[in-house]
Amino acid sequence: MAIPDNKLAFNDGWQYSPAPESIDHIKVNKKYELFIGGDFVAPVEGKYFDTINPATEEKLSSVGLASTADVDKAVKAARKAFGPWSRLKAAERGKYIYRIARMLQERSREFAAIESLDGGKPIRESRDVDIPLAAAHFFYYAGWADKLEYAFPGRSVRPLGVAGQIIPWNFPMLMASWKIAPALACGNTVVLKPAETTPLTALKLAEVIADAGLPPGVVNIITGAGDTGAAMVNHPDVDKVAFTGSTDVGRIIQKSLAGTNKKYTLELGGKAANIIFADAAIDQAVEGIVNGIFFNQGHVCCAGSRLLVQESVADEVVQKLKDRMETLIVGDPLDKNTDIGAINSPEQLATIESYLAIGQDEGGEMFQSSCPVPDQGYWCRPTIFTGVSQSNRVVQDEIFGPVLAIQTFRTFDEAVSKANNTPYGLSGGIWTDKGAKIFKMTQSIRAGVIWANTFNKFDPTSPFGGYKESGVGREGGLHGLDAYLKLEAQ
Amino acid sequence: MSLSAVPVTANLPDLSRVPVVDEVGVNERVARFQSRSIKADSKVEALKLILSMIDLTTLEGQDTAGKVRQLCQKAIHLHDAMPDLPHVAAVCVYPTMVGIAKDTLKGHDINIASVATAFPSGQASLSVKLDDTRMAVDAGATEIDMVISRGAFLAGNYALVFDEIVAIKEACGDTHLKVILETGELGTLDRVRQASDLAMHAGADFIKTSTGKIQPAATMQVTLVMLQAIRDYYYATGRMVGMKPAGGISKAKLAVHYLVMLRETLGNAWMTPEWFRFGASSLANDVLMQLRKQATGVYQSADYFSKD
Repeated sequence: MAIPDNKLAFNDGWQYSPAPESIDHIKVNKKYELFIGGDFVAPVEGKYFDTINPATEEKLSSVGLASTADVDKAVKAARKAFGPWSRLKAAERGKYIYRIARMLQERSREFAAIESLDGGKPIRESRDVDIPLAAAHFFYYAGWADKLEYAFPGRSVRPLGVAGQIIPWNFPMLMASWKIAPALACGNTVVLKPAETTPLTALKLAEVIADAGLPPGVVNIITGAGDTGAAMVNHPDVDKVAFTGSTDVGRIIQKSLAGTNKKYTLELGGKAANIIFADAAIDQAVEGIVNGIFFNQGHVCCAGSRLLVQESVADEVVQKLKDRMETLIVGDPLDKNTDIGAINSPEQLATIESYLAIGQDEGGEMFQSSCPVPDQGYWCRPTIFTGVSQSNRVVQDEIFGPVLAIQTFRTFDEAVSKANNTPYGLSGGIWTDKGAKIFKMTQSIRAGVIWANTFNKFDPTSPFGGYKESGVGREGGLHGLDAYLKLEAQ
Repeated sequence: MSLSAVPVTANLPDLSRVPVVDEVGVNERVARFQSRSIKADSKVEALKLILSMIDLTTLEGQDTAGKVRQLCQKAIHLHDAMPDLPHVAAVCVYPTMVGIAKDTLKGHDINIASVATAFPSGQASLSVKLDDTRMAVDAGATEIDMVISRGAFLAGNYALVFDEIVAIKEACGDTHLKVILETGELGTLDRVRQASDLAMHAGADFIKTSTGKIQPAATMQVTLVMLQAIRDYYYATGRMVGMKPAGGISKAKLAVHYLVMLRETLGNAWMTPEWFRFGASSLANDVLMQLRKQATGVYQSADYFSKD
């Protein structure tokens, strides 16, 4: 197809009126304590920190800042609960997890709205993806609770003990479910720390867990920043550390765990290649690019942040992508029509903006959609860079924002070579009409998840995790049980 | 209404090079359109736009002069209880009824569309199809809705289908030509895309999904593929082609979702009755009910809206 000269116009004429999700039914307390041993208790040092709405910069609530002493209390509570919990009949454990799943479903609107308020993600995503998937994880692992011996035939299974779990701010509720559900199903007890910018849904989950009647101490949820997380990782009575977050922090955790007996799983960064061959269904591939990089403001570890497009269709793909970007709506996360919400924090926005400058300095050509963004809050328009090279930082570094680096390739081998030329290996995407090419590509790319003719699809039954600097271990599916069990010969 | 005059010099495109379509991806995109929430002013604006885009249709064997006159009166007087409503874009009738429609619509800026070319099956010789078309044009039709020869298309005889469209287009002269692909008989979205490209290259002013006589008629999936074909053709040639989903769109909410799809695929230039039509008979009243509800806050009984 010729390079299109004839432009489409999206910015005048009929536009969508605001369609905000009602938040009248949402209850967010002025202050949240730490959830330890089944009760909400004040932090030992009496310190609190604010969590804000990144779309308005307004304070939502104060939450307790857990010190080393609080971490110790939480681990002790988890240790105390571990014996009875791990000895509980497995089917009974499953019942508790099912109950959590059902209560999450019943309160899904409330959870979705709070997730969007606290984290900035569009309500369309928190309503249709985050919360339903979180509930699905609890349902899925509830089913495994009394079937563990069938998961690993020929071996006996035993829980590990106390799991210290640290989760990021990009999918707060979903990551909490990824961590808590398999741990409980396998008979472990949990101390979970949500990220400091997005603690609210985890604290709401603590309310659900309390309402579900889970024995005190089986799940403890404490809030804080890096120091709190470090105290959890270094606590001598923690048997297992599960971390999702940046590769830098993952490295620190791995160092501090060296020489200990603690088991660990790390789910870290990524710089996934989304590879489009000339024979792909181009319009659907363009949609896949959008889902790959603009989903959740690009705050996705497995985002398709590098686009590799075969040269014969590169101009067409880029033009179609630009037109599609013009239809993306950036703004109020609670508006049901918003496609791209608020950047999670001013720090993250500064990081993203620094990369926009770097990309241009490196000689990349930057295109941003022309949509208006609100005055208050933290925003970044969807952005693409063309004319960038493998050695450029916008191609190498994980930006964790709605920023796509576009490169072209000529041959299959060149695509593979470029895709693998990264320290990361979390995910990848391939778009082609040829089945054989899909299989050849999935065998050639070193990444934990590879999507074919789709992107960013998640399911509780499917394992997730990385190669290389993208992490250690797998979460989800049957593989996710392994991370919370001691397997022994029968 | 301006009519785009296309020189009949086009060549049959190489359909083996037409882009492939992934049905799963199309379904996902459609679901995304359907998740748009259209409220308040944007809803009222959309509903009025939908009214103005309707081709009010009666295509029954039992149609009578009286029925057609009623339909034309409805086109003129959509719902006089509500002032400031737009009128529909056109009435759509059989060639034998064109004269009656023309008399009834005299003095009103409403188009007269006529199906032709042995509608709905298209199972006739080219000469019969040409006569059918000329008869409608001579009787005063301003728009011709032709059907393609699906049998020939499915058998791979693309040149025959292409030449037929070119010939009918020539017979139409300045009369607007809509080409009905009858997507319900084409089987796959890939073939819908191929037929769309073929029709546009042959000179279609509009491409249209269905006759309304075959199920499924218009779907959002099929319409999206056709809109994407229109966009690619526009990218390549600069010529705008119109789109008409027909059959199966009877609810205002669904029609609003079609507008969302139109806006996000082709942009605002297509958001007029000149470039987008709904072929429908019962849609208008549902839109009127919704407009009334937006104005008064309550739904009225269907009995308050004249059927035709």
